[in-house]
Amino acid sequence: MNNWDWSAVADFMPRFWDGLLLTLQVLVLGSLLSFTLGLVWAIGFRAPTRFVRWPVNVITEFIRNTPLLVQLFFFFFVLPEWGVQFSGLTTGTIAIGLHYSTYTAQVYRAGIDAVPPGQWEAATALSLPAGRTWMAVILPQAIRRIVPALGNYVISMLKDTPLLAGISVLEMLQQSRLESAATFQYTEPLTVVGIAFILIAYPASLLMRALERRLVR
Amino acid sequence: MSADISTPEIPDPKATDPAGELIRFDNVTKRFGKNTVLDDLCFSVRPGKHVTLIGPSGSGKTTILRLLMTLVKPDEGVITINGDRLFPADSKHVREVRKNIGMVFQQFNLFPNMNVLRNVTEAPVKVLGLSKDEAEERGRELLDLVGLGDRCGAKPTQLSGGQQQRVAIARALAMRPKILLLDEVTSALDPELVAGVLDVLRDIARTTDITMVCVTHEMNFARDISDDVLMFDAGKVIESGPPEKIFSEPEHERTREFLGAVL
Repeated sequence: MNNWDWSAVADFMPRFWDGLLLTLQVLVLGSLLSFTLGLVWAIGFRAPTRFVRWPVNVITEFIRNTPLLVQLFFFFFVLPEWGVQFSGLTTGTIAIGLHYSTYTAQVYRAGIDAVPPGQWEAATALSLPAGRTWMAVILPQAIRRIVPALGNYVISMLKDTPLLAGISVLEMLQQSRLESAATFQYTEPLTVVGIAFILIAYPASLLMRALERRLVR
Repeated sequence: MSADISTPEIPDPKATDPAGELIRFDNVTKRFGKNTVLDDLCFSVRPGKHVTLIGPSGSGKTTILRLLMTLVKPDEGVITINGDRLFPADSKHVREVRKNIGMVFQQFNLFPNMNVLRNVTEAPVKVLGLSKDEAEERGRELLDLVGLGDRCGAKPTQLSGGQQQRVAIARALAMRPKILLLDEVTSALDPELVAGVLDVLRDIARTTDITMVCVTHEMNFARDISDDVLMFDAGKVIESGPPEKIFSEPEHERTREFLGAVL
């Protein structure tokens, strides 16, 4: 067993901060995308016509039941052949946001289903337009219950960001691999990265548990 | 013009047709699965009348209100409001015709994320296009009318069931409906809260010309406010008439049985 080398840790730090910043960037943008798109899917599940409901169901089931890594490779290596090309970072953010939107959609769906049918009926009886019914009546009641569940998916998403190393995005894991390739030091960079994940994910999951107690009766 | 429909002041040529009917069901059938809830039903209600539907559970009374509120669609038949098709009709037309109708539910169905006043003003602002000030002024008046003028800022969950139901009545009235549907509005209330709600409704029945269609198990209330009572059994009207007649000398055997059981 090698001895732990603090100087290797120090050497890794500049790369590490860059990687952390990129990881957080992917996480924030990916979350926003997954929250927005997930809501679109969830409203699609409830569309009055099956010509919307069916495609939405098929698309989301397809995305949810194929691995994120396969999707990343597909977007990164296959789409350019059809003339669609983005940077690894953009591709990765879109792919992870899209993938997780199919999970958040289910969370939204559960939250929306938990709003009593009488709320929809009261909105109809008052002739509230569909958009207003969603924005003023249904979503405010649904969101409250689902904030903790959405938060838990953000934590999952955080732990999936290393997959982006597979399409050469310079997030934390990829930075540690570059460091190791240059210095042949594996232990210190990987350990730092692992600790970083724990330091973000564990407090975040405690926070979600606390939120759950407060928001979900 | 669609705008005419929601404005009672403008005389509607159809309102003066000989029949003078505001609500009309023609051969309406509604099934849930294999269960026929309404069977080839025909009835009509003239403007300003108060009609009470009575009958055993499952006889289709609530379904009639839900059809009028367009919460469910009939399988067959024609429903018209003031000569305008509510069914069959395209959805845009339905939305216009529906603005004439308000409903109060058994479970109140107030919006728990809004305070009491906002529950009452939301639809007038967003649907009728009233200014916020206008809607709030009228909302406060209506809440005064139902005895809750001092609870404007409260959340529905802070109110008793009877208070919630009175807010729900104010909310329905705020849309200035021509027709008010009352679906067992006291059934979910503790007994001591029933009277307050019924008093408010008696007031409205006496002082406005709103047409009321009411499903209730409160026979005294039905007797007080009704111009007509319709007795339902197995998806059909088996007997109808003024309350004095239905409650005192019912003709139909089923009506006698039913009233014997509830009175």
